Amino acid sequence: MTRTKINQSDIPVAQQHRFKWTDVLVQIGLILWALICLFPVYWMFTFSLKSNEEIFGQNVMGLPQHWLWSNYERALNVGNMGRYFFNSLLVTVVTILITLGAAIMATYAITRLKWKFHKKMNAFFMLGLTIPIHAAIVPLYTTLSRVGLLNTYWALIIPYSAFSLSMAILICTGFMGDIPYDLDEAAFLDGCGVWGIFCRVILPLMLPAVSTVGIYTFLQCWNELMFATVFISKDAFKTLPVGVQSLSGQYTTEWGPIGAALALATIPTLIVYVFLSKQIQESFIAGAVKG
Amino acid sequence: MRRPFSYKLNIFLFLLPALILFLGVLIAPIAMSGYYSLTEWNGLGTPEFIGFQNYVELFTSKSINIMRALKNVMLLALLSVCIQLPFALLLALKLSQHVKGERWYLAIYFMPVLISSVVIGQLWIKIYNPEYGVLNTLLRSLGLDSWTRIWLGDKNVAMGACLVPILWQYVGYHMLLMYAGIKGMPPELNEAAMLDGCTPGQVSRYITIPYIRPILRVSVIFAVTGSLKSFDMIYVLTNGGPNHATEVPSTLMINLLFLRNRYGMGSTIAVMLIVLCFVFALLINFAFKEEK
Repeated sequence: MTRTKINQSDIPVAQQHRFKWTDVLVQIGLILWALICLFPVYWMFTFSLKSNEEIFGQNVMGLPQHWLWSNYERALNVGNMGRYFFNSLLVTVVTILITLGAAIMATYAITRLKWKFHKKMNAFFMLGLTIPIHAAIVPLYTTLSRVGLLNTYWALIIPYSAFSLSMAILICTGFMGDIPYDLDEAAFLDGCGVWGIFCRVILPLMLPAVSTVGIYTFLQCWNELMFATVFISKDAFKTLPVGVQSLSGQYTTEWGPIGAALALATIPTLIVYVFLSKQIQESFIAGAVKG
Repeated sequence: MRRPFSYKLNIFLFLLPALILFLGVLIAPIAMSGYYSLTEWNGLGTPEFIGFQNYVELFTSKSINIMRALKNVMLLALLSVCIQLPFALLLALKLSQHVKGERWYLAIYFMPVLISSVVIGQLWIKIYNPEYGVLNTLLRSLGLDSWTRIWLGDKNVAMGACLVPILWQYVGYHMLLMYAGIKGMPPELNEAAMLDGCTPGQVSRYITIPYIRPILRVSVIFAVTGSLKSFDMIYVLTNGGPNHATEVPSTLMINLLFLRNRYGMGSTIAVMLIVLCFVFALLINFAFKEEK
């Protein structure tokens, strides 16, 4: 797998310095689309701080006149957002850990150990990239309910880990290929077995993969809706998407607190994006290049 | 060289966690879905084998009306390929030509992809709100009162109203893929064409676009199969209403399963969707090879 790097300073184009009207038009077009992309988020943050009078009155789109932080308080206390937030975080973190562990181990067996069917095994895991979650939803639901796991964290953690696995193995394969084989051999000569090589050589050098896989899995789990609506009906285990969805159904007329709830669900993603935008974009690209 | 037994055992142990997850949660359930689709089952008791009756009923039943759902997702797929992708390509081409603020635009355009569909859906519900929504407020302030609608409640416009946010949200995704493809081109290609006197337009048309063909193929496949499977946004915006006007296969499936307890029929729709996605992916691959 080749990872595509995004470089800002490639070739400077020859005709950059001449002023042209078409360039201005292009800029206007680009700015317009940027505003269209930003507007819903801007609107969300402004109405999350307004009272109903402002939202429904004259000040539909402007900045709030009185910053009503109590909307956030209500979303957290009355709307149970704190609980949903915690659930989402727990499910996501455990899913990332399981996915990473299983994926790094499997990738090690597939790419580093010598055996007959390692290529076939890799192709087998890659099948998962094309399987839609619809394929599994009914059997998973009936099985989870039979073993009493519906309405637990495991009802989400297990399916999420399984469906993130193929992508994780794909990403790990790319990173593990960058680790020179000489290191394995040196460790072998020093008396390490396969487990020793795995723990002392491979694992420490797979840290960059951890962030890419982690980011990708985080984005998949944090926003997942279908499994979460079907497998979880108890408030205590709802994740953010389901929680926000049921909240909006209950309080249709109170836009302020709902806006606050939407904002609370979005802020973590935005924070991660601000700090890791390049890695996030690259993890999405890595996912598609193989196709 | 002969490897000791313990070596093979170790290979197996390394693969074990991934295999358990993969076989237990993906492969086995697919087989079970296939079987359930041939049964009548209310979730309790044992499934009763009825052959292909579900498939016959699916395509003939007036109350399920799968054709309307398929028509809706095909419309989405068509618009996605004909409007969303060309627009994304245009953005990617422009952004890769060293415009000012390239990275900012890229980051902003990609942002909607990362936000939960529930959040985006809820925001658009409020944008579409007939009394206080931004859209109708805007129309009224422009004196276009006759254009205002109950966007998500009028069965003639509801599907259109659902399509807009879906198409809008994923422009950035396709743009990013194409942009990365263009940036991955060897710069000599462009330089040579420029030296030969090509205009930027000609470079795009004859060098860049043919070069990123494999990425365009991936984009088309993602756009079409993603449309067929679409669920989140429709579920949030209308859940198939008003009067089933915006029903898609996924919402039909979920409603059959959990409102009517028809696990067999729900599985039938799931199997149909998987087959459709697979067939379309093959067709698109084939189309991209043929033209070469």
